[in-house]
Amino acid sequence: MIVIVDYGMGNLGSILNMLKKIGVKAKISSDRSDIDSAGKLILPGVGAFDTAMRHLHESGLLDALNEAVLHRKKPTIGLCLGMQLLTQGSEEGNLPGLGWIPAETRRFRFPAELSNLKVPHMGWNSISVSPDKPLVRDLRDPSRFYFVHSYHVVLRDQTDAAATTTYGYEFVSMIQKGHIMGTQFHPEKSHQYGMKVLSNFAELA
Amino acid sequence: MLLARVMPCLLLRNAALVKTVQFKNPSYVGDPINAIRIYNEKEVDELIFLDITATVEGKRPQLKLLADIASECFMPVAYGGGISRMDDVDAIFSIGIEKVSINSHAVAEPTFVTRVADKYGTQAVVVSIDVKRSIFGKYEVCTRGGRTATGRDPIAFALEMEKAGAGEIILTSIDRDGTGKGYDIDLLKRVASAVTIPVIASGGAGRIEDCGIAVREGGASAAALGSMAVYHGRNRAVLINFPTREELDLVLPN
Repeated sequence: MIVIVDYGMGNLGSILNMLKKIGVKAKISSDRSDIDSAGKLILPGVGAFDTAMRHLHESGLLDALNEAVLHRKKPTIGLCLGMQLLTQGSEEGNLPGLGWIPAETRRFRFPAELSNLKVPHMGWNSISVSPDKPLVRDLRDPSRFYFVHSYHVVLRDQTDAAATTTYGYEFVSMIQKGHIMGTQFHPEKSHQYGMKVLSNFAELA
Repeated sequence: MLLARVMPCLLLRNAALVKTVQFKNPSYVGDPINAIRIYNEKEVDELIFLDITATVEGKRPQLKLLADIASECFMPVAYGGGISRMDDVDAIFSIGIEKVSINSHAVAEPTFVTRVADKYGTQAVVVSIDVKRSIFGKYEVCTRGGRTATGRDPIAFALEMEKAGAGEIILTSIDRDGTGKGYDIDLLKRVASAVTIPVIASGGAGRIEDCGIAVREGGASAAALGSMAVYHGRNRAVLINFPTREELDLVLPN
């Protein structure tokens, strides 16, 4: 059973619907006991970094999440803001992140000659995948994904990158450090391509 | 390079999907959730939902229906209709809708567009401009589902909206809506060449080639399909449908 962690940050219906469509057992929950018994976790997120971290603290789920991810090593994927929360902190806020991945979250900043590029980066874009990461296995080429974000993850260890995307410059659009993963795009809004990423996640041992 | 987008533009009347001709005679074409499931299969780039009676009936956005819509969509969604309050905008974004489209209230209170753009970014703000050609051949912006002529010139208004914070403009020809006669290329050209933000051509598409003409000749960044997304054939038999990416690639400029 995959548990989509509900900590009050947006509508999780389309994630659940996509998992249903690929025939994966999943539920949306804000219960500690569901996190304890989950096989895998999805950490969604839209909105502001500090608001999300505050919600996580106030939900009382933080201990359960740390226990599930760090000690019991349950495969976990953060989506969009959820991927940024995995890092140590963000330029968007003051609160520390979950710190599960050695990385920081920074705002898109472009040199003068690229100042016509808009922030947020919003729309369909492609990815270049790292060949040895299970999360990106058998993705159709070309694949396209729906992005909407103003901040992106900067890894300390580049080998944690599962895919990169170019918008002005190359940034990390998917991460996989062992059982901890993330996508900067919204797989649940990216048709069969996002579905393939979620089904790769679901099939991980 | 990013490909020109082609997207269904779907009209809501209460909980039903309808299609109009020149903004009149809405006929029932189906259920929005069923339609979304078909557009998911067709892998459309984006969906636009416009509630055509919200403003004129003084109703606020149907948040429950919008939450169901957002949950079903495996692609980004824009919603317009009856948006005039920031708390409704907040609710719409938290539901998981990616863009709001503002029409009547953009004319009534242009600073509202700025406030939404400041809070959510210009990319999340679409201004929808409905245009009618007067009997003297002059283009004029209309609001309230085409019922109120504002006397405003669409080019000047589009420029004002770009400055106010609109990230995108849906430019609809009321005269061409539902006719299948092709987009109003003259109107498109004038507006698209005046602004730097993307313009979505809307109103009049009758064949897939019209999308290519809107982009190549009209300068549109995207094309919205109304009748073509819900009808099939000359007799306008209801059929939720959409051209494939391969079919679109043949008519769109590379």
